Amino acid sequence: MAAGVAAWLPFARAAAIGWMPVANCPMPVAPRDHGKRQDELIILNVSGRRFQTWRTTLDRYPDTLLGSSEKEFFYNEETKEYFFDRDPDAFRSILNFYRTGKLHYPRHECISAYDEELAFFGIIPEIIGDCCYEEYKDRKRENAERLMDDQEENKDNKLPNMNFRETMWRAFENPHTSTMALVFYYVTGFFIAISVITNVVETVPCGSTPNQKDVPCGERYTVAFFCMDTACVMIFTVEYLMRLFAAPSRYRFMRSVMSIIDVVAILPYYIGLVMTNNEDVSGAFVTLRVFRVFRIFKFSRHSQGLRILGYTLKSCASELGFLLFSLTMAIIIFATVMFYAEKGSSSSKFTSIPASFWYTIVTMTTLGYGDMVPKTIAGKIFGSICSLSGVLVIALPVPVIVSNFSRIYHQNQRADKRRAQKKARLARIRVVKTGMSSAFLHNKRNGLFNELLELPCSEEVEQHLSKTASLLESQHHHLLHCLEKTTAHEFVDEQLYEQNCREGAVQSYPSCSPSLSSQEGPTGTCCTHQARKNPLPDASVPPTCQGALQELSAVHIQCSDQPALSTSRSSLNMKLDDTSRLNCKSGLITTAIISIPTPPAVSPEGDSQPLTSPSMQTIASSNAVKVSTL
Amino acid sequence: MSVCRKRCRRQLTKVGRYFYRLLTGTLAEDSIEDDFELSTVCYRPEGLEKLLEQTKFTKKELQILYRGFKNECPSGVVNEETFKLIYSQFFPQGDSSTYAHFLFDAFDTQKNGSVSFEDFVAGLSIILRGSINDRLNWAFNLYDLNKDGCITKEEMTDIMKSIYDMMGKCTYPSMKETAPSEHVENFFQKMDRNKDGVVTIDEFIESCQKDENIMQSMQLFDNVI
Repeated sequence: MAAGVAAWLPFARAAAIGWMPVANCPMPVAPRDHGKRQDELIILNVSGRRFQTWRTTLDRYPDTLLGSSEKEFFYNEETKEYFFDRDPDAFRSILNFYRTGKLHYPRHECISAYDEELAFFGIIPEIIGDCCYEEYKDRKRENAERLMDDQEENKDNKLPNMNFRETMWRAFENPHTSTMALVFYYVTGFFIAISVITNVVETVPCGSTPNQKDVPCGERYTVAFFCMDTACVMIFTVEYLMRLFAAPSRYRFMRSVMSIIDVVAILPYYIGLVMTNNEDVSGAFVTLRVFRVFRIFKFSRHSQGLRILGYTLKSCASELGFLLFSLTMAIIIFATVMFYAEKGSSSSKFTSIPASFWYTIVTMTTLGYGDMVPKTIAGKIFGSICSLSGVLVIALPVPVIVSNFSRIYHQNQRADKRRAQKKARLARIRVVKTGMSSAFLHNKRNGLFNELLELPCSEEVEQHLSKTASLLESQHHHLLHCLEKTTAHEFVDEQLYEQNCREGAVQSYPSCSPSLSSQEGPTGTCCTHQARKNPLPDASVPPTCQGALQELSAVHIQCSDQPALSTSRSSLNMKLDDTSRLNCKSGLITTAIISIPTPPAVSPEGDSQPLTSPSMQTIASSNAVKVSTL
Repeated sequence: MSVCRKRCRRQLTKVGRYFYRLLTGTLAEDSIEDDFELSTVCYRPEGLEKLLEQTKFTKKELQILYRGFKNECPSGVVNEETFKLIYSQFFPQGDSSTYAHFLFDAFDTQKNGSVSFEDFVAGLSIILRGSINDRLNWAFNLYDLNKDGCITKEEMTDIMKSIYDMMGKCTYPSMKETAPSEHVENFFQKMDRNKDGVVTIDEFIESCQKDENIMQSMQLFDNVI
């Protein structure tokens, strides 16, 4: 029931008193209005802007958020108002809907933002009033087209486990995906061009022999042209068969326009082969050659502009139909008039009405060949009216077609531009994301470093820590930490992971974890065969990747604190020895841990240092870079 | 005669203006001046105090009533079409236009084709806050279509038909053609004391007061507002 009418319900119920005297049986009991409250003002605080309305206004639509008890979730006891953390501008039109019963779409609002607001408040967009509904639908369609374009590009990404047929189809549809496809694309394009040129040149007269008049080249060099034609048709046939094989739905492919063009392009050749020198059908055979010109339409696979043109013509079919119809009407009218006007004059070319059609068409399209001209005065008058009206009739539907073409063309251009920008956008987003993950690693190192050394942190380090670690960040890091503990693996950054892989191969240095530096799915580790599952003892410091981490921490020390380098490192190393010894004593160590060689930094400092220092240096530099980006 | 001549002159000027515009090529502008002839009807009710005196509603109730009324009819009056439209929203299965027409006549006490807020509130005051006799009077007024003080069989049949029309086609048991007239017969048997074929106001009130069901149902909608 429309809500505006809800206000009239009391009146309708009161008017029911008119039925009472005529009723023969007792009436049902009326529903009680429990806790009948006086109509009160409700305050709705939307992001600071206060709206006030009567409670009954909101109660008009009980299946929305504001009209149901759902709004009690947003009730603020202290301020006695309902607080919504939403856009106050969009809320205006939503509240107006309750007041007036009509939902309007504000034109300056983004369509998806508005949709979200409507979804939040439980209002279906179909009830947008007629005044705004068209605009809303148009904007929504535009937005959907845009998003659809983006999604289509995502399909370009190579899916794993595509069989040969699917790969081939993808290669055909998107030539830029692989070099093979590109080569194929250009080769077919070349052969189409060759075929078309051959067709054209075939008819050019080239050189006359003394006894004969000019013969077209086709008849002079029959064999050559036949060979060329055969080659082209071979290529086209192979291409068509390959496409047919690769198509996901062969039936649909065979019905598509492009495949029909392909078939029409190659069929005349085969028909010609079959029908040999049969005189009766040779005429038909000649006609069939005309269809070879359809090969030029195969270029539309290669040219986007051609496809757009075709699509435009298809979408403007009704306008074109109207144009044709109105032209036909006008032609018939004027041809009749001209015929009867010119009937009187002698030696008139206007012998019949169909004969006058030619004159009318030529005049209306302002061609004016001049092979038929009216001679009588009446004929001339009507002829001039004819040409004037021709201009009008043709000029009217053309702008519609033009605007359609322009819209589709610009849409395509925008799609191309977006596709080009997408890569850059994604790259930038990826940089930010890696920044986030490296923040976690950075914080972990800091935390470990502090825990390990239990050194009195210098003031700036502490402040630095407190500055960088907001509550949200620390909670996120805690979450990642929990995950690490759960899976008994740790996050490391990409470079270190590769480092470990390489070093693992060299030093039998078990790299600890499959690192998840980028957010794309877990990549297989190259060192899985060396990694052992290390159950974590209850030390707060995970000992599994101690080596690597120590390395990092050591390097970190190297970066930040210059003084007392060796001492700190040695103390760190000693600490490490202690902890590792401690671990040994705790008895929770598995063989794996024992087999961890002490990190090169720890054991013979002198000789291992140069070994690892270049790697550390690189890590240092990378870490330095990372620090700065953080 | 002068009216005729004035009209003739107006038509001639219109034709002349039309041809002038045709030759000079200006687009039609006369539609704007036509618009000025329409005046927006805006009706404002008497003050709140006056309405308080006239009706039995409290101030708050009047406020609520007026807000609802004004929201739906910003111009301040309801005409019959709007009335019918609103009423039909409540009875989607059947055709409530006839009964709405009768209701409209009952509310439109001043017979000027539109129901203002005062008429509206006056009617509601009787129905919801009036005594039983007042209500019965109001109901009688509703049934008495030509307001001549007695209900004939034809009037009653019209009313009954309009009520049954509101039910629509899909009823259980299915609606018979004779249902309204049977009901009318029933009604007249009950109400018409002296069997003269019409029901006067006294007969009506007397019969109704004797019927317990009717007495009870008259008070059913007291709490509507």
